[in-house]
Amino acid sequence: MKIVLPANERSMEKGISVSFGRAPYFLVYDTDTQEGVFIENNAAKSQGGAGIKAAQTVVDTGAKALLTPRCGENAADVLKAANIEIYQSINGSLENNISTFNKGELKILSEIHAGFHGKGGE
Amino acid sequence: MRIAVLSGKGGTGKTLISVNLAAVSKEAIYIDCDVEEPNGHLFFKPENLAAEYISVKIPLVDNELCNGCRICAVFCQYNALAYINQKLLIFDDVCHSCGGCVLFCPEKALAEKEKNIGIVQSGTSGLVHVITGILDTGEASGVPIIKKLMQNAPAGQEDVFIDCPPGSDCIVMESIKDADYCVLVAEPTLFGVHNLKMVHDLVRLFRKPHGAVLNKCLEGYDPAAQYCEDHGIRIIGRIPFDHDLGTLNSNALIAARENGKYREVFTSLLQKVREEVQDAAAIDFKR
Repeated sequence: MKIVLPANERSMEKGISVSFGRAPYFLVYDTDTQEGVFIENNAAKSQGGAGIKAAQTVVDTGAKALLTPRCGENAADVLKAANIEIYQSINGSLENNISTFNKGELKILSEIHAGFHGKGGE
Repeated sequence: MRIAVLSGKGGTGKTLISVNLAAVSKEAIYIDCDVEEPNGHLFFKPENLAAEYISVKIPLVDNELCNGCRICAVFCQYNALAYINQKLLIFDDVCHSCGGCVLFCPEKALAEKEKNIGIVQSGTSGLVHVITGILDTGEASGVPIIKKLMQNAPAGQEDVFIDCPPGSDCIVMESIKDADYCVLVAEPTLFGVHNLKMVHDLVRLFRKPHGAVLNKCLEGYDPAAQYCEDHGIRIIGRIPFDHDLGTLNSNALIAARENGKYREVFTSLLQKVREEVQDAAAIDFKR
């Protein structure tokens, strides 16, 4: 199964990005083959609606799950329409998040924020 | 004459000045363009209210016709459209109503529907006609409401006072576009100077005749006055940092209607504004 994680850098040892919509990269990881590829998030520099466009990118990868520290409501609507589960990531590297996910220890993201709508966030 | 009152941030005194100028003018139209939080009506307490809904056009998809080409989603700078599970999702709140998606759809699968975004309310308070734009919470842009407010404003001899939104972005541009003169309201602080610079840059860009009113003036060094001097902005009025004025204003009373001293302050400011507008018109005529 394919999963997606927002990434600051193209490295498995580096931490997960605090932002989903404006993360510079996404790691698309296949839990069966244990292989991952980094793709650019072309929504990162959007004027607005970055979450929607980023979610579209995630849907287009064919992923079944997204691991993220947080997610806005518009992005969540897109992901929901595609039946993608959103898991709450933990502090630590991408690698670490994947192994925790594989052990079934990540929780479903319960809090969907209202979105920053061009006002930043972190 | 159309007078726009603006400042780079909220709380400098735009409403204080535009409300009181309208109140001392014989007959006037006061237009509140601060559609995200209009408050001029709290002072005027207008009667005989009438309201009109303002709507914008947003896309509506016919999923039978949509073939998933995504031209619309790629076109949209605000990412208001996504194509998921063979269905087009439209995010109404993100849409800026440019109409581009409808124009570009090769399958003619997109049509337009009306969406209400707020109201324009009008009423009277003495001899002042009070027009207020009110944008619904959460809407992306108040510009369509400003456009309607400006359409309704007469372009003749009446005194029209435009209470602008704070800042210097699109919605402010729309508010000052047809103004004959811009009053820049500034506070005597470094932060005030920063905000004055924003609106000063804007009115120069629009080539609008303008002058500054310094509000909350104290004794001693005034960086806003210094900025005006350094940049050749005429200071057309100074309003003191005054406890009684502050009290009247925070009780939503119109100072010029309550107290002769303040009536005098705003009457002479209005006189000054009239002279400035005439001067500007004369200079314009000579060109």
